[in-house]
Amino acid sequence: MVELISIIDAIVTLFLALGLFFMFTGAIGLLRFPDFYTRLHATGKCDTLGEVLIIAGLLIYHLFVYSPGAELSVKLVPVKLLFLIAFIFLTNPTGTHALMKAAYTTGVKPWKLGEKRQ
Amino acid sequence: MLTVFLVTGVLIATTILLALYRAALGPGVFNRTVAVNVIGTKTVVLLVLIGYYFERPLFFDLSLLYALLNFIGTLIFAKYLERGEIWSS
Repeated sequence: MVELISIIDAIVTLFLALGLFFMFTGAIGLLRFPDFYTRLHATGKCDTLGEVLIIAGLLIYHLFVYSPGAELSVKLVPVKLLFLIAFIFLTNPTGTHALMKAAYTTGVKPWKLGEKRQ
Repeated sequence: MLTVFLVTGVLIATTILLALYRAALGPGVFNRTVAVNVIGTKTVVLLVLIGYYFERPLFFDLSLLYALLNFIGTLIFAKYLERGEIWSS
């Protein structure tokens, strides 16, 4: 039983590390890219995947380590986490698309090679 | 395992600081809006981690609420920037 717990801990740590890698990639892209559209390109995908990976790791931790022997309200938490994953997968690309459309309609020019970084 | 959660939370807070630079200094209103949206979605994950670290299941409800409010805020602000008004009568 102890070996199973340690294997689950290793898997959860792997998921958290992968999610942190993607979140750091998105943040560095938000800092370093030259343009509004490219920054949106970096954060829209990297942040969605990173957050979903971290919440999936916590879901595995809850199902195998945290949940057994708990009361009913704690046992229902994975449903909330699944709802959270679904919301992030739905809302994050929708918000990115709305912002991109608003910027394009308002007339923000894309960056071309050789121009000054915005 | 709690140490892993603590380190993950601190590193997420570091990425929030990186995004806060763009929110404070980014040129134009669109860069700032993107940075605020990113900070909001990172805060959702940070709330879930806090709920596991302090063993309070109440924080999961808070993170669900915060995800929905952040999405509504970003969407309405994008519509406002696009049209110049929120309700199109």
